[in-house]
Amino acid sequence: MDTYSLMREFADSWALLLLTAFFVGVIVWVFRPGSTTGHRDSANIPFRHENKPARDDDENGARTKEART
Amino acid sequence: MWDYVKMAIFGVIAVLAAIAANYARDAAYLVNALTVMLVAGGMFLWTVRSTGEAKPAVETGYMDGVVRAGVIATCIWGVVGFAAGTFIAFQLAFPALNFDWAQGYANFGRLRPLHTSAVIFAFGGNALICTSFYVVQRTSAARLWGGNAAWFVFWGYQLFIVLAATGYLLGATQSKEYAEPEWYVDWWLTVVWVVYLAVFLGTIMKRKEPHIYVANWFYLSFIVTVAMLHVVNNLSIPVSLFGSKSVQVFAGVQDAMTQWWYGHNAVGFFLTAGFLGMMYYFVPKQAERPVFSYKLSIIHFWALIFLYIWAGPHHLHYTALPDWASTLGMVFSIMLWMPSWGGMINGLMTLSGAWDKLRTDPIIRMMVVSVGFYGMSTFEGPMMSIKAVNSLSHYTDWTIGHVHSGALGWNGMITFGALYFLTPKLWNKERLYSLSMVNWHFWLATIGIVLYASSMWVTGIMEGLMWREVDAQGFLVNSFADTVAAKFPMYVVRGMGGALYITGALIMCYNLWKTVTNAPAKADVPVAAPAE
Repeated sequence: MDTYSLMREFADSWALLLLTAFFVGVIVWVFRPGSTTGHRDSANIPFRHENKPARDDDENGARTKEART
Repeated sequence: MWDYVKMAIFGVIAVLAAIAANYARDAAYLVNALTVMLVAGGMFLWTVRSTGEAKPAVETGYMDGVVRAGVIATCIWGVVGFAAGTFIAFQLAFPALNFDWAQGYANFGRLRPLHTSAVIFAFGGNALICTSFYVVQRTSAARLWGGNAAWFVFWGYQLFIVLAATGYLLGATQSKEYAEPEWYVDWWLTVVWVVYLAVFLGTIMKRKEPHIYVANWFYLSFIVTVAMLHVVNNLSIPVSLFGSKSVQVFAGVQDAMTQWWYGHNAVGFFLTAGFLGMMYYFVPKQAERPVFSYKLSIIHFWALIFLYIWAGPHHLHYTALPDWASTLGMVFSIMLWMPSWGGMINGLMTLSGAWDKLRTDPIIRMMVVSVGFYGMSTFEGPMMSIKAVNSLSHYTDWTIGHVHSGALGWNGMITFGALYFLTPKLWNKERLYSLSMVNWHFWLATIGIVLYASSMWVTGIMEGLMWREVDAQGFLVNSFADTVAAKFPMYVVRGMGGALYITGALIMCYNLWKTVTNAPAKADVPVAAPAE
């Protein structure tokens, strides 16, 4: 089989399946139960560290504790 | 030690460029080689002069110098690109503006790629690079990775623009729309772009925020995809090492398909994904509230990049391209309606609960109009990709109107909004010099776009209908020159729209300049103030 037909067949079957599954997986992942708090926290990233970077000892404490809405 | 290595490198480049200029086979190559020689020679002298000086201490704050330079470059290239566009708009209306004395250098054919590249790559590209450097630092809580590599990206990109622009005027082009620069300019851009990717990714990798903010996803997809598109679409073999001409590796319809796979994804990833990165940072910042739905923004991202990459074939309806491919392009273009409008709604609804800001803050008004134009042009685009519509709209001025409602409305306005946001922050000013000037800019730009888009709708549809009009015997009614004559009034209106738009941009430049020089400095923030 020539390269074109081989790749065409692969694109029509496994590649299509994988990409679709990945895409559906992303949507399921986004809406997974209990994700809202994390997303709300992520949405507030632009409002932290406006003027200077986080310190080195701040590695895991970058997210502020208090809830922001 | 490193300084001596740099001196050697710059010296060798300058000598090689001088040799290349000596053997140059065409004017464009000659001028480009001389430009490279002068730049390398200047860098050599600069390195010699600064060698041995004490190095400044390593800085730990955000690296904003390169962002400031990017803001200035964006303003300058913006005015250059808008001026070129307005001038060629009047050249189309009044052909006498193709001056005899400048024939072969400043006629429409030479200036048109200069205009498109200046606004897309020089204005838009600089806006994307500087805002991405600003946003990735703030949302990663980390200084830019790679030290002076960011400066290399900035100056290397300006060199790319100058080489490409002088090349166009002197006739170096590979005749691919939005990918006109010849082989050596393409190679140089590849080098710059790889460093850009390294700086951006390096900053993300050393981030202190556990999550990568959605704006960075958009910026990253823009950088990665443009790298891929640029390399594949510019596969060409130089005719001579000492000439600008090169021959494409692909031929015929494969070449056309590669070109529009590139061309449409330049729109999709350069002018859409990259600018969406700006939207997802600057709209929430200016509105002072987080984005409407973070979940929607993630789905927006994945849906956009999964669909856009397939939409290119809609540029090749009714050509030698197989029917299935153009149908595929059309179907994916129509599916793009959903992520585009999802993103628009997400941007607009970020203002929910703060709509009153529209009345008081002309910057947020600019951003909202920009997102509105994003929605309108991403509605118009899929509609024009439908084969039946495309058979009327293709090759007419409707396409040009569509492009400009996206470019002037969406890309231009969001960039202006970002510049107005950035300038006081970067130069540590309390506020802009004048809000009423922002208001003037807003109205001049908006009315300019309306004149532009509506005149192009009228002339485009008219010309499409005239081209297909046949009489009872089946003969075409109109000659091509008839359509040209009929379009004259709309061409004048279009030129006037451009004039309004550039007037607004000049007002912005003056306002930003006065902000930097005259606006009151920001009072020092007390140390204990919260991070917000």
